[in-house]
Amino acid sequence: MTQEDFLTKVVSPTAFTLGLFLFWEAACRLFEIPLTILPAPSVIFDALIQYRVPIIDNAWVTLWTTLVGFALATVGGLLLGIAIGWHKAIYAGVYPLLVGFNSIPKVAVVPVLILWFGLGEIPAIITAFLISFFPIVVNVATGLATTEPELEDVLRALGASKLDIMRKVGIPRSLPYFFGSLKVAITLAFVGAVVSETVGANRGIGKLMLDAQANFQVNIVFAGLLVLAFLGIVLYAVTALIEQRFTGWAFRGQNR
Amino acid sequence: MNSLDPLVVLTNVSMAYGRGASAVPAIEDVSLQISRGEFIAVVGPSGCGKSSLMKLISGLHPTSAGSLLVHGQAVDRPLKSVGMAFQNSNLLPWRTCVDNVLLPLEIVPPHRQRIGSHRAEYKQKAVDLLNSVGLTGFTEKFPWQLSGGMQQRASICRALIHEPEILMLDEPFGALDAFTREELWCALRDIHSARGVTVMLVTHDLREAVFLADTVYVMSNRPGRILKRCAVELPRPRDLEVTYSPEFQDIVHELRSLIGGKH
Repeated sequence: MTQEDFLTKVVSPTAFTLGLFLFWEAACRLFEIPLTILPAPSVIFDALIQYRVPIIDNAWVTLWTTLVGFALATVGGLLLGIAIGWHKAIYAGVYPLLVGFNSIPKVAVVPVLILWFGLGEIPAIITAFLISFFPIVVNVATGLATTEPELEDVLRALGASKLDIMRKVGIPRSLPYFFGSLKVAITLAFVGAVVSETVGANRGIGKLMLDAQANFQVNIVFAGLLVLAFLGIVLYAVTALIEQRFTGWAFRGQNR
Repeated sequence: MNSLDPLVVLTNVSMAYGRGASAVPAIEDVSLQISRGEFIAVVGPSGCGKSSLMKLISGLHPTSAGSLLVHGQAVDRPLKSVGMAFQNSNLLPWRTCVDNVLLPLEIVPPHRQRIGSHRAEYKQKAVDLLNSVGLTGFTEKFPWQLSGGMQQRASICRALIHEPEILMLDEPFGALDAFTREELWCALRDIHSARGVTVMLVTHDLREAVFLADTVYVMSNRPGRILKRCAVELPRPRDLEVTYSPEFQDIVHELRSLIGGKH
């Protein structure tokens, strides 16, 4: 890593994060903001340490429900995206349905899921899946649908079947779209899992925050938010790393 | 060249995009023959259906009237032994130069069954081909690391690797600068003479057409019709010098007057 890289990739984000927390701390002390409105970062970190056991337990539940939902969304989204991108008629037919379905706020679906599957992790997994598979489908389908017609002609003139064209061109070509959508999907899956836990669950960070809020333990609520933000960053970073690993060619072309 | 045994025969062929009342005619009443090993060029104003003619002959688009025979057989589906290259090189950015050239072999039988187990052998063939068009040392580069002219050379190699009977080129040098273009003319001339492949070149560059082709067809405005068939009698092998000779200039001049437009 060059010095300049170090500055932009390590020093700058760290400085901004620290700056935000310092500003927050100073504001809380200066204006004597009550604990029940906005606790200072120092109070939140205290709560994080004090309640680490329940926080870690519940964060773990949220994390794995998110990941299971995300995994389902990845597989389902990829398959559905390929199916939709396969043919213009399927694309035209399914697209409005998808948009309609995606427009339903998922928080409204959770009670139905609880009705079907009971309290527990399954509604959270399904909500994570439902909310995160849409961007994957749309991106994969778009990647396939925008294959250059001339390139298709080149292959068809060789006697290539539709499957050949998909395998050799369509799917590799849509991979950057796919991995790009994973970054969006992972954060959405996380939102979905927490939303579901907040509506009704017996474990998870969302549930923990709901309970803490009912007891006016605002410091724990904020500790939960902080954990969510942290996990969100980690999940995003891991997905972004996977993206770069698999579709380096798409980025290389731009940074020559 | 055996003119008694034409490879491609078009008799009163028409073609349209769309069907019924809204059909847009692209080609009307075209008759021509391409002999094995012949180099034909199709020239004409832009949008005259030159590219449509290429799609038609390769079987990518059906005729709406007339008969199209290749090898004496009616064409009703994409021919399997055509190599195509376009103005845009269309190389796959995730594959190296040599892997791009290998792509057709992963599709055309019998190579597609063999390439898995004989990759090294095929790769050598692709490298040799790339070397022959002056891409020595660039075979492992990605397309974006090559200049426009190099990409176009690689694209032509991709069209040739499976030894197609017909090479179809749709304005392959249109996006290149004049010097690179002339270099590639010579590369294509050498490929044609070395391999005896039948070439159909679609272009709007008359000098390019006359320099390279045995026969130049001039098409009219859309819907495209053949206005003139012009046999280029200049002796082969042709050197770039020939483009400055009076005979050459006369042919170009004559073709130019047929195409019209404002002067």
